[in-house]
Amino acid sequence: MDGIHDMGGRQGFGRVRFKPGSQIYHDPWEIKANSLSGALVAAGLFNMDEYRHAIERMEPRHYINASYYERVFTACAILCVEKGVTTQAELERIAGGAFPLARPAAPGREQRSPTDFAIGQRVTVRSEFVPGHHRMPGYIRGKTGVVIQKSPDFPFPDAAAHQLEEQWEPTYDVRFDTTELWPDASEKASVTVAVFRSYLQKAA
Amino acid sequence: MPPAEQVADVARRVDAVEQVALERGLIKPTHLEAFSHKIEGDWTPATGAAIVARAWTDAAYKARLLQNGIAAAAELGATMPAHHRHLVVLENTATVHNVICCTLCSCTAFSIIGMPPDWYKDLEYRSRVVRESRTVLREMGLDLSEQMEIRVWDTTADTRYVVLPYRPPETEGWTPERLKSIVTKESMIGVARLEPPTAYQPKA
Repeated sequence: MDGIHDMGGRQGFGRVRFKPGSQIYHDPWEIKANSLSGALVAAGLFNMDEYRHAIERMEPRHYINASYYERVFTACAILCVEKGVTTQAELERIAGGAFPLARPAAPGREQRSPTDFAIGQRVTVRSEFVPGHHRMPGYIRGKTGVVIQKSPDFPFPDAAAHQLEEQWEPTYDVRFDTTELWPDASEKASVTVAVFRSYLQKAA
Repeated sequence: MPPAEQVADVARRVDAVEQVALERGLIKPTHLEAFSHKIEGDWTPATGAAIVARAWTDAAYKARLLQNGIAAAAELGATMPAHHRHLVVLENTATVHNVICCTLCSCTAFSIIGMPPDWYKDLEYRSRVVRESRTVLREMGLDLSEQMEIRVWDTTADTRYVVLPYRPPETEGWTPERLKSIVTKESMIGVARLEPPTAYQPKA
């Protein structure tokens, strides 16, 4: 989905709040939220792709205003509800107020039949618009880059986030030039993105 | 979205999720204690610093590290979570600078470099670093020369990236133990370099 989470290349944001030795957490509840997400994955309640997709499904105004760890526990909450562990009403009763969750998921999709790409090959990211979960940042859609290395097989996110039958495939680290990604509107650099095989085709 | 004044306090919402997960037996009451132990003891920058110091002082180890990050990390007792299936180590040189981000969420090799700092998860860093890396790094205190090639890496899949910082020339002859002490989390993300004139003194 082309969600609000897809931040790469969006303009208008200001300086990064940075100082050496920055904090990780700012409140004890953030550590608890982080611990909960890990514990629920370990318990097998949901996988990492379901978890990431649950965050992406948060209502955009909620997403943008929530801190990172509010997004983390909101994803845990919606998945607990969707998997029948609890209900929104129960969570709201315990929490003593409204508990905003996330919007329903659209269908996932299957991987494509395998096509291998070689190191050094020029590849183009398929110009596809997917309603469910995927891991293709919008800024590389339709763009061409060069394969520099290949990963082992990972679960295909578009299927794994939607409880479809488990499918595995490699990603290719594809190097793009910023002049290809944002012509005349970026600084000189390369951006390397780990792109699932199903998202790629040979460059024309 | 319900009106903000009706939304339950953020810490009470986290507690509500924890309570239902505990009641259903999905997680143990000790989950937070176990997680805190991990983030304070194991998943800290000291783990990555030991790997970097070894790579700086042992050419054969560095070659293995660049070839297969997970296996080389394991040689020093460092492990990665099950879903981090691949570790790619990116070598900074006098003329190449690598920097890591995650535009879609906030993925990192946290068991190697420590949990991600607040700014890494902020929308400012996620949106801007892929498109205007030189400016973002300069704002963060790293003013790279125009000759320095910048390579940005977007963690969009379950390959994890760690920067192998460039070894400061004045550390010739230092012991691995002493070298470890200068390697920071920021340098392994790639928003800092350790050699003059851009190096800063890490806070104790």
